[in-house]
Amino acid sequence: MSEPSDLAKLIFGRLTWEAIPFHEPILLWTFVVVALVGGVVVGAVTKYKLWGYLWREWFTSIDHKKIGIMYIVLGLVMLLRGFTDAIMMRLQQAMAFGDNVGYLPPEHYDQIFTAHGVIMIFFVAMPLVTGFMNYVVPLQIGARDVAFPFLNNFSFWMTTSGAVLVMMSLFMGEFAKTGWLAYPPLSGIAYSPGVGVDYYIWSLQIAGIGTLLSGINLIATIVKMRAPGMTMMKMPIFTWTSLCTNVLIVAAFPVLTAVLALLALDRYTGTNFFTNDLGGNAMMYVNLIWIWGHPEVYILILPVFGIFSEVVSTFSSKRLFGYASMVYATVVITILSYLVWLHHFFTMGSGASVNSFFGITTMIISIPTGAKIFNWLFTMYHGRIRFDVPMLWTVGFMITFVIGGMTGVLLAVPPADFVLHNSLFLIAHFHNVIIGGVVFGLMAGINYWFPKAFGFRLDPVWGKRSFWFWLIGFWVAFTPLYVLGLMGVTRRVSHFQDSSLQIWFQIAAFGAVLIAIGIVCMLIQFYVSIRDRHALRDESGDPWGGRTLEWSTSSPPPAYNFAFTPIVHDNDAWHDMKQRGYERPLQGFKPIHMPKNTAAGIVLAGLSSVCGFALIWHMWLLVGLSFAAVLVAAIVHTFNYKRDFHIPADEVVRTEETRTQQLAAVHV
Amino acid sequence: MSDATAFVSTDAAGNPIFHDASGDHHPENGTLLGFWLYLMSDCLIFASLFAVYGVLGHSYAAGPTGADLFDLKLVAVNTSMLLLSSITYGFAMIAMQKRRVAPVQFWLAITGLFGMAFVGLELYEFHHLIHEGAGPQRSAFLSSFFALVGTHGLHVTFGIVWLVTLMAQVGKFGLTAENQRRLMCLSMFWHFLDVIWIGVFTFVYLMGVLP
Repeated sequence: MSEPSDLAKLIFGRLTWEAIPFHEPILLWTFVVVALVGGVVVGAVTKYKLWGYLWREWFTSIDHKKIGIMYIVLGLVMLLRGFTDAIMMRLQQAMAFGDNVGYLPPEHYDQIFTAHGVIMIFFVAMPLVTGFMNYVVPLQIGARDVAFPFLNNFSFWMTTSGAVLVMMSLFMGEFAKTGWLAYPPLSGIAYSPGVGVDYYIWSLQIAGIGTLLSGINLIATIVKMRAPGMTMMKMPIFTWTSLCTNVLIVAAFPVLTAVLALLALDRYTGTNFFTNDLGGNAMMYVNLIWIWGHPEVYILILPVFGIFSEVVSTFSSKRLFGYASMVYATVVITILSYLVWLHHFFTMGSGASVNSFFGITTMIISIPTGAKIFNWLFTMYHGRIRFDVPMLWTVGFMITFVIGGMTGVLLAVPPADFVLHNSLFLIAHFHNVIIGGVVFGLMAGINYWFPKAFGFRLDPVWGKRSFWFWLIGFWVAFTPLYVLGLMGVTRRVSHFQDSSLQIWFQIAAFGAVLIAIGIVCMLIQFYVSIRDRHALRDESGDPWGGRTLEWSTSSPPPAYNFAFTPIVHDNDAWHDMKQRGYERPLQGFKPIHMPKNTAAGIVLAGLSSVCGFALIWHMWLLVGLSFAAVLVAAIVHTFNYKRDFHIPADEVVRTEETRTQQLAAVHV
Repeated sequence: MSDATAFVSTDAAGNPIFHDASGDHHPENGTLLGFWLYLMSDCLIFASLFAVYGVLGHSYAAGPTGADLFDLKLVAVNTSMLLLSSITYGFAMIAMQKRRVAPVQFWLAITGLFGMAFVGLELYEFHHLIHEGAGPQRSAFLSSFFALVGTHGLHVTFGIVWLVTLMAQVGKFGLTAENQRRLMCLSMFWHFLDVIWIGVFTFVYLMGVLP
């Protein structure tokens, strides 16, 4: 092929037809399926003329509830992609022994395990967690929205932009082949000259801006916008864990931004931060990225601890045991999460003293975590427990997570870690805490708050099926990895010689199939619930006998959340109101001051993803244009001073009247 | 937090009140807190870059050292530009509190000019270093030097863009409550960059030329 002209290079950078994987049948078929499904969705939206509705009511909405739901939809869609990667890996490892090389060539397998990790952490767990915090926190603290509603919409679209870039890498070029943290020198330009690592860098940088801003937003919301009477020690536990999570986000994500920027400088401008020569130091990257990375796992688990706390006390019909100790445990975990990062690379060789320090701090974390587990158990003790679906997930979590936590303490012992470092034992451990903790908690949260968001419950039969397949599937899939890890099998290997190991991989693959059935059950659960929504309808707004303020509103709540700001007297504010004969106000409604929708967030994020794409492919002309466009669009947005409006009093009266009739129908 | 006590939570008969019927409750404005949080997150980016410089600052790879390269006189002039710009921004804020648009604009313009002089001198220094063969690719020390100082310079540049935008907005809409809040945010940003620069000046330049 002839060299492209300078002009073509300026416009297209290194993007050529060869970047489109026509020669990879798996990717081609994936593309066909994605194109078909996407075509059907776009066609359906067009046919039913929903674009205007989506644009006005959702994409440009700055209502924290709608943004929260959009985050959760994003997380669930990306879960399907991330799980597809997982089952492909399990299938490859189950068959690739001896002469059988499996169906995935190594360079493809390497992209899959990298994409799986990146997607599951950044584009599944993070959006789901952020979605819950967005939806629930303002309702729990009796606020009408978050502190910076526009920023909230912008954050969501930045996260989505990052997800879009990762998805594009599937069909244009490649994704990183480096593992989910892209350690140099492997991720440097010398050993990863392609676009894969650049996709990684820019998708995380763009999504990271969104995450950071949403962290700032939620801290300001929780600190400044609580209802009168809600002192810090009267905040619901989910709000407390959200506060600590967002403190972690604001204190950790800048480090990720900095370290990825330095990696980008190494790759784009030839600097020597992490190179092998001219004084670079690759281990500095590993240190820095784990200074972000360890708090990150607590960013995921803390809000989920909050979800479990809400679920346990609601379904045990009891006040949470040890509220104050729960708060202190959360705060202690927040602080300790910064003092343990080195346990991810004891083998670096920093010496016995340093390793001991980090080993001990790591073990100490199990104390506040253990306190939490006991608090949940004591909440259940003598409680009137109802085993609805959210509670099943919670009990499943307590058993699974405790075992995962104990294997973690085992890994925290530096000599043991030298044996188990980068083995499948480690893989089993962190899946044990992330699936058994984060994912189970998110599932509990979805089943718990779904009726609040949509006004009808999720079908419990399919919910229970999903739970059991997930729980059993998890153990079938990951117990073999513990065994293999103890035998010394390392991670990220696509082909094995020793055929005696094969049976374990086959059992693990079977477990992954069980989890797949669990996911399908969840999708069926959504379908069945929407189909039977009239039978599952909840008019009361409080289907579970809830204890916190979000259950005092209608389901779904009105745009303004609360016609009157609630006044809080007790930790379990709504439970207290019900106990003391609270009467819903029926008159005296006033106009409500609310922020206006805006398209600025989606426009800015769209331009940012164009800029990211151009940077990945070295399309310098487009880089300049799109960067200038981002700047101009941002400045133009600041000239818009009319950002709010009043919901007129008579509209509030109408909404509240509907609610009165709903409640009357329930009480008859 | 102050709301907790400011609100009457029981009526005359001692029964609890569960909602604010008067509609008096307005959440406090969170902008300044939010901006502080942003500044602290930005501070952590600088902290990372300082840490990187701390690790790599002596990895000269047989190339030039700070003592060979840094021209302290130039850096002293540069530092005074930035420090003076902070003072002039302070004058702008004093004028803002007196609600006088013209002096606000005047002092903002002076601040911007000092900022541009700072960025200009920094670009001159960078150009000079690269010309001498001491570019960011030469050694890990120079990579970390350019990253730290350059990130600060980039922040000042964005501060100038913001400042010009705000001058246009003050000119168009006057010293409205929103514009005052924005001027306050930029003020925090500007002084924050000054503080960072004092760290850079001490840690990179002064300590860099020590024998």
